[in-house]
Amino acid sequence: MGKAILEVRDLTTKYITRFKEDVYAVDHVSFTVDEGRTLGIAGESGCGKSTLALSLMGYYFSPLYYTGGQILVDGRDITNMSPDEVRKNVLGTEVAYIPQAAMNALNPTAKIIRFIEDVIHAHDLKMSKKDIYDLARERFEILNLPSDVLQKHAVELSGGMKQRTVIAISTILSPKVLIADEPSSALDVSSQKLVIKMMYDLMRMGYIKSMIFITHELPLLYNVTDNIMVMYAGQIVESGTAKQMVFDPVHPYSKGLMNSIIVPEEGTRDVKLTAIPGTPPNLKNPPQGCRFAERCKYAQHLCHTSFVTMRRFGEVDPGLLGGEDEGDAVAERNRAYRCIVPIHELKAAYAEEDAARRRDKEAVSYE
Amino acid sequence: MSKSVLSGKGVTKVFGLGDKKTVAVDHVNFKFSKGELVSIVGESGSGKTTLVKMILGLLSPTEGDIYFMGKKRDIRTRKQKREYWKGIQAIFQDPFSSYNIFHKIDSVLMDCINMRGGSHLPRDEKIKMITEACGFVNLKYAELTNKYPFELSGGQMQRLMIARIFLLKPQILLADEPTSMIDACSRATILDMLLQCRNEVGMTIIFVTHDIGLAYYISDSVYIMEHGKFVEHGTADQVILSPTADYTQRLINDVPKIHAPWDFAKVASTVSAQA
Ligand SMILES: Nc1ncnc2c1ncn2[C@@H]1O[C@H](COP(=O)(O)OP(=O)(O)O)[C@@H](O)[C@H]1O
Ligand SMILES: Nc1ncnc2c1ncn2[C@@H]1O[C@H](COP(=O)(O)OP(=O)(O)O)[C@@H](O)[C@H]1O
Ligand code: SF4
Ligand SMILES: [Mg+2]
Ligand SMILES: [Mg+2]
Repeated sequence: MGKAILEVRDLTTKYITRFKEDVYAVDHVSFTVDEGRTLGIAGESGCGKSTLALSLMGYYFSPLYYTGGQILVDGRDITNMSPDEVRKNVLGTEVAYIPQAAMNALNPTAKIIRFIEDVIHAHDLKMSKKDIYDLARERFEILNLPSDVLQKHAVELSGGMKQRTVIAISTILSPKVLIADEPSSALDVSSQKLVIKMMYDLMRMGYIKSMIFITHELPLLYNVTDNIMVMYAGQIVESGTAKQMVFDPVHPYSKGLMNSIIVPEEGTRDVKLTAIPGTPPNLKNPPQGCRFAERCKYAQHLCHTSFVTMRRFGEVDPGLLGGEDEGDAVAERNRAYRCIVPIHELKAAYAEEDAARRRDKEAVSYE
Repeated sequence: MSKSVLSGKGVTKVFGLGDKKTVAVDHVNFKFSKGELVSIVGESGSGKTTLVKMILGLLSPTEGDIYFMGKKRDIRTRKQKREYWKGIQAIFQDPFSSYNIFHKIDSVLMDCINMRGGSHLPRDEKIKMITEACGFVNLKYAELTNKYPFELSGGQMQRLMIARIFLLKPQILLADEPTSMIDACSRATILDMLLQCRNEVGMTIIFVTHDIGLAYYISDSVYIMEHGKFVEHGTADQVILSPTADYTQRLINDVPKIHAPWDFAKVASTVSAQA
């Protein structure tokens, strides 16, 4: 435990559009995921979450380009490998990515077993049809999928079964990192819960070593992750333990996200939700200074000009996230954020606002 | 208070015949009061949209009756329908779907005024009304003129749909999953605007959602729908804090919360493998 499975340092990637414009969708991103841990990535749509996920595979194709940084999987840098090497030795075995809406992208004319055979063959593994079938059956069982699903077509499966099938296919080669991009947003709540439980089972049994979970649904992230990073306009603005991020965010953007959480729990009706005004900036021309400044109610003159880097409580290794249960103190130290306003000032402002949100909702009459 | 603006008795919709028969909505009874904000909550396929379409008059019930303002609804002729739609309007999940994408935004809003018998008004007056409606949903009219719907984001578009409702001022608004294609953080804005339509304009709002959390936040009362039937109905607090139906209980259990986290060890027993 505590061993770093994935270490990302200063990763920067960009899209080059048809019109030769650069879109900096992943900008100097650093973080670590330890063995047995789950990291969540939160942020509004367009903030670069999917691009970060894509970039983590180390496999770049137009219009996405790598411009700098390192991705170490189990200590080995995958950014200096050739595309062929990445395809054979990284994708699916080191890092597996389940894209958004993958479950609806399964080729409808192929039987499920074919997808698994394809994955095995793409890696030049010498396995007999029978061995592949046995492997598939074993994994399907863990995911609570009857083995006759292997002989079926995607259209014959329910949403939840399709999503679990996608997970089984993606993890067939026991990747060290599984990245799931909005894996459950199309599912009903009960199938969603089941799908996530099974991803956990895969990790508990050692078939995958760590997970990255992407969604803009914060209550979901809170339930499934150890740590959460908040992404805004291609950058990580804050990271910390799931609990810190949901109950005690520091960065104004994180705080804005948390103020929009809706759960069916006592008390939520009494607090007025607030939304962050405006929309994320266009990443072709990201604003100078803090990228959030245009929408931030605490913005000061300096925010629009200065280069705001990640700050930390106390001194600790860059990018290191809370992990082991060494107590809150360590977790607190390990948390990073990117804002020029001191924490105590932000927190004082939040306390006042939270009280006002309570009063506000009381003022709304329900009669 | 408590005067019913819309009610239904034994409302049923059956699609298809024989083996292919689906009972999408199964003998539901409901009664919505003036100014009430009611939610209908159920998983996908439970029959919510089918019910909305019947209430709106886009589908006719296979069985049962709908009462509008105390009288049995009769919308057999086009003229009756048009009259009915002055009192009842809807917004849908995909704000782009219910819109003619070739119409510029200002002309769409202009049509709303004309629909409400304002075609004779001077242009200045109309622009004033449109500006007010845009203000209501926090959009700037000046930024919308001459634009086409596809130039807006999903959230902006949904707000525009609410601006349209603000101009039409129906007595009843049906909102069928209006936030499910929108970012979690823009949801708050849409929910607040719906609350405002109720509080300031006095509309009766029927909010349809698969998200029991949203229903709890926004509504006075909640109907829970399972396989075409209402299995529970009560005030938001009753239904969410002390549910009686197993189905409601399951929905609440399985939705991610922040004070009572999931216990994965117990998951398997509560969910069927076929889900
Ligand atoms: N193929 C592409 N070409 C150019 N820009 C893109 C492409 N895909 C995404 N982008 C841009 O990159 C940014 C990040 O997008 P994305 O990673 O999809 O965000 P998220 O997953 O958080 O919604 C957005 O501004 C988006 O417009
Ligand atoms: N036009 C139609 N023809 C046949 N079946 C339909 C039609 N519309 C809906 N259904 C069926 O009716 C049931 C309820 O669907 P719907 O009202 O869309 O549910 P919801 O809105 O709760 O997701 C589903 O089983 C669906 O497949
Ligand atoms: S740096 Fe300034 S603009 Fe950016 S989040 Fe902090 S206060 Fe707001
Ligand atoms: Mg995405
Ligand atoms: Mg529907």
